[in-house]
Amino acid sequence: MQKYSVFSLIKNAFSDHMNWEVAWKDPTPKKEYDVIIIGGGGHGLATAYYLAKEHNITNVAIIEKGWIGGGNVGRNTTIIRSNFMYDANGRFNEFGMELWRNLSQELNFNVMFSPRGIINLAHSDAQMNAYARRGNSMRLNGIDAVLLGREEVKKHIPMADFSDDVRFPIFGGLMQPSAGTARHDAVAWGYARQADSMGVDIIQHCEVEGFNITNGKITGVRTSKGEINAKKVGLCVAGSTNILAEKLNMTLPIETHCLQACVSEPVKPLLDGVVTFGAGHFYISQSDKGEMVMGGDLDGYNSYAQRGNLPTIQHVLTGGLALFPFLSRLKMLRTWGGIMDMSMDGSPIIDKTHIDGLYLNCGWCYGGFKSTPVSGWTFAHTIAQDRPHELNSELSLNRFSTGYLLDEKGIGTKTWIG
Amino acid sequence: MLYIKCPYCGMRSQNEFAYGGDASVKRPELNKDVTDKEWDDFVYNRKSLRGKHIELWHHVSGCRQWFKAQRDTATHEIFKTATMNEEI
Repeated sequence: MQKYSVFSLIKNAFSDHMNWEVAWKDPTPKKEYDVIIIGGGGHGLATAYYLAKEHNITNVAIIEKGWIGGGNVGRNTTIIRSNFMYDANGRFNEFGMELWRNLSQELNFNVMFSPRGIINLAHSDAQMNAYARRGNSMRLNGIDAVLLGREEVKKHIPMADFSDDVRFPIFGGLMQPSAGTARHDAVAWGYARQADSMGVDIIQHCEVEGFNITNGKITGVRTSKGEINAKKVGLCVAGSTNILAEKLNMTLPIETHCLQACVSEPVKPLLDGVVTFGAGHFYISQSDKGEMVMGGDLDGYNSYAQRGNLPTIQHVLTGGLALFPFLSRLKMLRTWGGIMDMSMDGSPIIDKTHIDGLYLNCGWCYGGFKSTPVSGWTFAHTIAQDRPHELNSELSLNRFSTGYLLDEKGIGTKTWIG
Repeated sequence: MLYIKCPYCGMRSQNEFAYGGDASVKRPELNKDVTDKEWDDFVYNRKSLRGKHIELWHHVSGCRQWFKAQRDTATHEIFKTATMNEEI
């Protein structure tokens, strides 16, 4: 594999950039693989990469219905954080933060990880107490957390509405300084390029139509490009999880919903980190290109449409205007939607299933992108060793029937109510 | 913007309604033994398929009645709405 560096850039400039090697190949599927990963998004590509790198399993295929990186890894708002209260979620995502910090070097691909901090705003004394508790829990797990007062928040976001007569006056906030953003497409492409170089077959435009199961053990998948045998199969299909589960005669604690985001026209730098305004169902950051990147609630009903409705965008931006009145003068550039695998307790599932050799990675709700590296890392371990790693042992499928929920947000089973 | 036909009030815009989830979920009967699996299916497990979906809506800013709708989850076309005691 060609190494990307300033020298390779200069060298290729002399040939008008016509001689770069392809970043990944376009192979025809083999008859059989050790492991098939269904879903060529961030999580699937990362899983294949860590299977090859950490477990030396390289006879691996990624099967993708569309093109790699065309789903939620290309549609998210690029936020990376580990500001969780529960131990299982905190430890899991903080391990992920360690992977993020070294990811550009490891993949030889600039993922533009930028730890610029995230602030969750608080609007009452009770909420400040709750944030103090969450911050303390984070610090006990080795995650940086700073409780900010009103004046400290003002230093970070002086352009917010700090007047007293607003519906949700800013009391303070909880900040994770090491959180940040990254270039989402680069994450998918970086993992794809490295996985391909280690022998993983990336098979695009190949839809899974069914599963071959003999005596409770998976033996392969039926696809639009024919049958492919496999000893093990991993599902990393986010919003399509319920569709594949039906083909497996499984029902899962997951509903599929549409989540939207939008960006404004680009403006000069004015917002350093990420700000979440939970009370207004709104969050915002500024991209490196200068666009204000915004999002908020789900559309509010089960959906497989990768486009959203206008009432939700209006609702989200109404919250945004309440916090940042300057937004009223910006033009909206794009809105788009992605379909989320909303788990019933708000936390993901990375586990084995009752079918031997079939593994499940789903339930990412609003925040799959931040966990891309750690999800791939732990899922690869779960597949390779046929048992969960300590980090994902509590992200189990049976926690719903046993009662060991990870209900970090405490929103119950109405997944569409954020 | 969806337009939803409330069985009581007629066609209204989406803003007047709140969503209530899968209408095909049945609470296990109380006067018999209920297995953990049945409770699990009732509380947590959902099919949530692409295509026709029977679901509950609440005309919360209107007549405040709950009713059922059959909607396509990919195209959002609403085929039918019905009161709670009607078959859909």
